Amino acid sequence: MIINFIQWSKKSLFSNWWNSLITLFCIYLLFLIIPPFINWAILDATFSGKLKTDCTAGGACWVFIRVWFEKLMYGFYPVENIWRINLSFIIFIGTIGLSFFVREKYKLYILFFLIFIFPFIAFILIRGGFGLTIVETREWGGLALTFILAIFGIILSFPLGVLLAMGRRSEMPIIKYFCICFIETWRGIPLITVLFAAAVMFPLLLPSGTLVDKLLRVAIGIAIFESAYVAEVVRGGLQSLPRGQYDAAKSIGMGYWQMNFFIVLPQAIKTVIPGITNTFIALLKDTPLIYLIGMAEILGIVNMAKANPYWLGMAVEGYVFAAIIFGVVSFILSSYSQKLEKKFSTENK
Amino acid sequence: MFRIDEIKNSLKKNLQLGNLVPQFLLLFVLFFIVYYFTSNAQTNMAARNISSGFGFLQTNSGFDVQFSLIDYDGSYSFGRAYLVGLLNTLLVSSFGIVFATILGFLVGVARLSNNFLLSKLSQLYVEILRNLPLILQIFFWYFVVLRNLPSTENSFIFLDFLIVNVQGAYFPKFIFTNFNAIFYGLVCALLTIFFAQYYSKKLIYERGKSLPIFKISILCLILFTTIFSLIGNTDLQLQQAELIQNFGIFNYVGGVKLVPEFLALLFALSLYTSTFIAENVRAGILSVGKGQKEASKSLGFNNSQSLKLIIIPQALRVIIPPTTNQYLNLLKNSSLAAGIGYPDLASVFAGTALSQTGKAIEIIFIVMLTYLSISLIISAFLNWYNHKIAFIEK
Repeated sequence: MIINFIQWSKKSLFSNWWNSLITLFCIYLLFLIIPPFINWAILDATFSGKLKTDCTAGGACWVFIRVWFEKLMYGFYPVENIWRINLSFIIFIGTIGLSFFVREKYKLYILFFLIFIFPFIAFILIRGGFGLTIVETREWGGLALTFILAIFGIILSFPLGVLLAMGRRSEMPIIKYFCICFIETWRGIPLITVLFAAAVMFPLLLPSGTLVDKLLRVAIGIAIFESAYVAEVVRGGLQSLPRGQYDAAKSIGMGYWQMNFFIVLPQAIKTVIPGITNTFIALLKDTPLIYLIGMAEILGIVNMAKANPYWLGMAVEGYVFAAIIFGVVSFILSSYSQKLEKKFSTENK
Repeated sequence: MFRIDEIKNSLKKNLQLGNLVPQFLLLFVLFFIVYYFTSNAQTNMAARNISSGFGFLQTNSGFDVQFSLIDYDGSYSFGRAYLVGLLNTLLVSSFGIVFATILGFLVGVARLSNNFLLSKLSQLYVEILRNLPLILQIFFWYFVVLRNLPSTENSFIFLDFLIVNVQGAYFPKFIFTNFNAIFYGLVCALLTIFFAQYYSKKLIYERGKSLPIFKISILCLILFTTIFSLIGNTDLQLQQAELIQNFGIFNYVGGVKLVPEFLALLFALSLYTSTFIAENVRAGILSVGKGQKEASKSLGFNNSQSLKLIIIPQALRVIIPPTTNQYLNLLKNSSLAAGIGYPDLASVFAGTALSQTGKAIEIIFIVMLTYLSISLIISAFLNWYNHKIAFIEK
């Protein structure tokens, strides 16, 4: 065992003087970073208490996360109604989990449910109505708001993205060039300008007196922005489909829409799932930008807490907390999409 | 004959009723949407007493920005403020692109290293930094790292050259007298290098000999600039920032000051983008088959020749297209400057100027158009370059 280790380290760590130097440098780097971080985050940290003054050990003050946990997660959403947000997320994750266990045939129904039915259920659950007390959207916030916007954004952008991808491959020139311009324009501008436009410019374009909720405007903006990216991913899927599939569909007398709905899209959508997952990860990392147009998203709550006289300067703990959550979620999603990509690439060979 | 038939067929196809109806429907819907929005905008602007049009670009802005490459204060126009923002965006993006590329190449190569520890560490670097939201990283650099730098009195001073404190980083200002001479020297050197390259290409094709062109270029640059600066009597002075105490408050004056907002944005952008470039570089190098390296060895190329002539040109073909996208992403991501108040295009123009004038439509339009055109220009240039180095398949 030990001999094995020595042999291995000779081969992969100390094979020549240059490699040994690099190894020593790496060890030094790790030594510089890891012990202080562990000291700060665990050994010197304070975990119990109720106030900032309880944190006297000099390390991280996790008390802050404990006290502010509900705010960081749900913003100013009424505490007694938090179960409604949780229920929507459970439905979402449960439906996706279910899709791993059902037969191929039913997966399309699940996709249909997620795109066309789930948004309404979740919206009614979270916002209220139909007997549930109404929670105004300005009370939504925290990490939940980020996830709500990202999930709604990707779901709403999906149908539009598919249509745009089909339009870009269309033989009708006006439709084709419109789709190209639309996609390239949205891909060429930063999300933040879209958010500014949704927050400030869009109300000017509607008849005076019409009030569209700010969150809704932002969600629409994000969905349109994202649809351009989804369209490019779907186009890749459409292009990867062998020509024979199109020819076969046409030769049994199918029209354009029949061919696309029954033959092309079901196969294409399957191959673009990894790409869509990557788009979703990118969107999830971009959504915290809504903080810049004044929404109480998790970074907004941290920055607010930092200015609170009782919790002055609690930025690091808040950022580390947010970083861990974002890191874990996008790491899980990206390893899933990589696994899927590998599976598809071997399936097709 | 065949060609005309083809065109006729395609025309016939396009003129079919089934094809015309949806296209005109789309045009009609588009026209209606544009008409609906503009008419609403006109009534709304009239109701709020906001005049439309771009005339405001000439009026005084009345706000100040804290970091600008050109002369600017409140007495300059909004047009000038736009220029300040645009230059700041370009500044941080171009530096970011350079640093991200260097770092990305290093990390990408390190991930393929034989050294277990080095490759795992680089993997960790990539996995951590690319999975965290960029805005979080910017906040981390700005609020956590740069805010905890020493105060002005206790600044870090490196070799009397770089001064770092909580207010930013100070470099000495280079003050040249008779700079023209160096400039002419540079021009001469570049011309010589150009001809040397031309000659060496010719030499390779005609006699199969190669010149050490890189060494010649370096030599030319050094030689010509030194000779010209000696003849032209050029003098270089470093104007260091100086510590001045004013009413008990210490401050550095002079030199070139980089504000912490710029530094935080630059660090975050370059580190974040470098992870994506590292992945591209790794994929590019892996895509070059082992056989290529072995073949170049068996042809008698040495290590650096095989890298330069065989491996890198083939790897670049795979690396460049996705890396282009990353450059564009970096440019677009630089708009996150609004989060920490670095006066870039989005925060100066779509933020401050918009709230001053209330001309939301015009300003958002200008900002979007600017980002779009910079993106299109960069991607057109890089497409051209990519086309140039692309493998010509028959």
